[in-house]
Amino acid sequence: MTDLTAEGGHGAVPLEGVPAAPGPVKHDWPLYEVFVRGKRGLNHVHVGSLHAADDRMALHHARDLYTRRNEGVSIWVVRASDITASSPDEKDPFFAPSGDKVYRHPTFYDIPEEVPHI
Amino acid sequence: MTAVASLEEHFEATIERDQRIEPRDWVPEGYRKTMIRQIAQHAHSEIIGMQPEGNWITRAPSLRRKAILLAKVQDEAGHGLYLYSAAATLGADRADLTDKLITGKQKYSSIFNYPTLTFADVGVIGWLVDGAAICNQVPLCRSSYGPYARAMIRICKEESFHQRQGYELLMTMMRGTQQQREMVQEAVNRWWWPSLMMFGPPDADSPNTAQSMAWKVKRHTNDELRQRFVDMSVPQAAALGVTFPDPDLKWNASREHYDFGPVDWDEFKNVLKGNGPCNASRIAHRRRAHDEGAWVREAAVAHAAKNEERK
Repeated sequence: MTDLTAEGGHGAVPLEGVPAAPGPVKHDWPLYEVFVRGKRGLNHVHVGSLHAADDRMALHHARDLYTRRNEGVSIWVVRASDITASSPDEKDPFFAPSGDKVYRHPTFYDIPEEVPHI
Repeated sequence: MTAVASLEEHFEATIERDQRIEPRDWVPEGYRKTMIRQIAQHAHSEIIGMQPEGNWITRAPSLRRKAILLAKVQDEAGHGLYLYSAAATLGADRADLTDKLITGKQKYSSIFNYPTLTFADVGVIGWLVDGAAICNQVPLCRSSYGPYARAMIRICKEESFHQRQGYELLMTMMRGTQQQREMVQEAVNRWWWPSLMMFGPPDADSPNTAQSMAWKVKRHTNDELRQRFVDMSVPQAAALGVTFPDPDLKWNASREHYDFGPVDWDEFKNVLKGNGPCNASRIAHRRRAHDEGAWVREAAVAHAAKNEERK
């Protein structure tokens, strides 16, 4: 019984002999990323993705999948293929310009204790 | 230092600091495969998990119970989709994962290969099966893989409704007729041991646990979680007025835990091999739903293409 594990939420399933390499990408509805505004006053936040045939269906599916319990007042969907992201490979140089600019933070400046409201 | 060694060091350091691994980060191939397998199997379990309870939707005894059961089964579908979405961030394709499920290449939890014989089973699944799932899933909210951890947080919030509706259903039946009380006890007798099996084989037989703990994709061993579940369930059974079918179940004051009898691992292995009461019908049902839905998927694509042309 050495080929079993309890990993994965609903419990025990075999690990050995189960293929996990990504297989060929099949013909499927395109992938959309979903962003939800939880309530007025908050930003839209990424909550996950889903497949849909077109934009309108993506919105309906997003409502059914990600807001079953009043989790949102507004939804954005965008095709995953339309998103441009920074590359993790170059993250250090990419974000380096802000790394050495401590003077952009308020704590950089020494102000005497007796000066109020600053 | 070679490029891969440096990437690996960065990966290890991220895990060491208890930070999350995020999509597109470099990860060792073993980690990627472990996570895809784990997330896919979990997703498949949620999807197949709709069937045992879905069996009772049309026969729920009241409109209230039917509405609750519909909402719960819809949640299971939602959980499956959150998880397929998490798997997609690792490069797994959902259509391919569905294919691996209906061809039997990837597995789902063996618990769903047991039948739901009476309406009391719906309550016991909520109480014990979802209760055991919560024990497994709460630590997974801190999984090192960010998208999986975030999916688990959503899922755990919703599972709490699942467990409570099940327990409330059983309390209602226990206030009913003698026949209803017997029905509850009989369902508990059938589901108790399979629920304990959900935590997997004893630690001594779980060689993958060490690597999974090191990668922080698993936070507690199988036996720790099983013990936690038993300790939680015994007082709940007492409050409900049912017993568990285990003569060895008793409080051990020196351990400050309940002792319990040996799990029948032969039965567990047999169900995993495909010889459970419902293995074949679960997959056949999923395959039929997929095949019969093919024209809808194709029609939606054709409709979208036509609209695109009209623009």
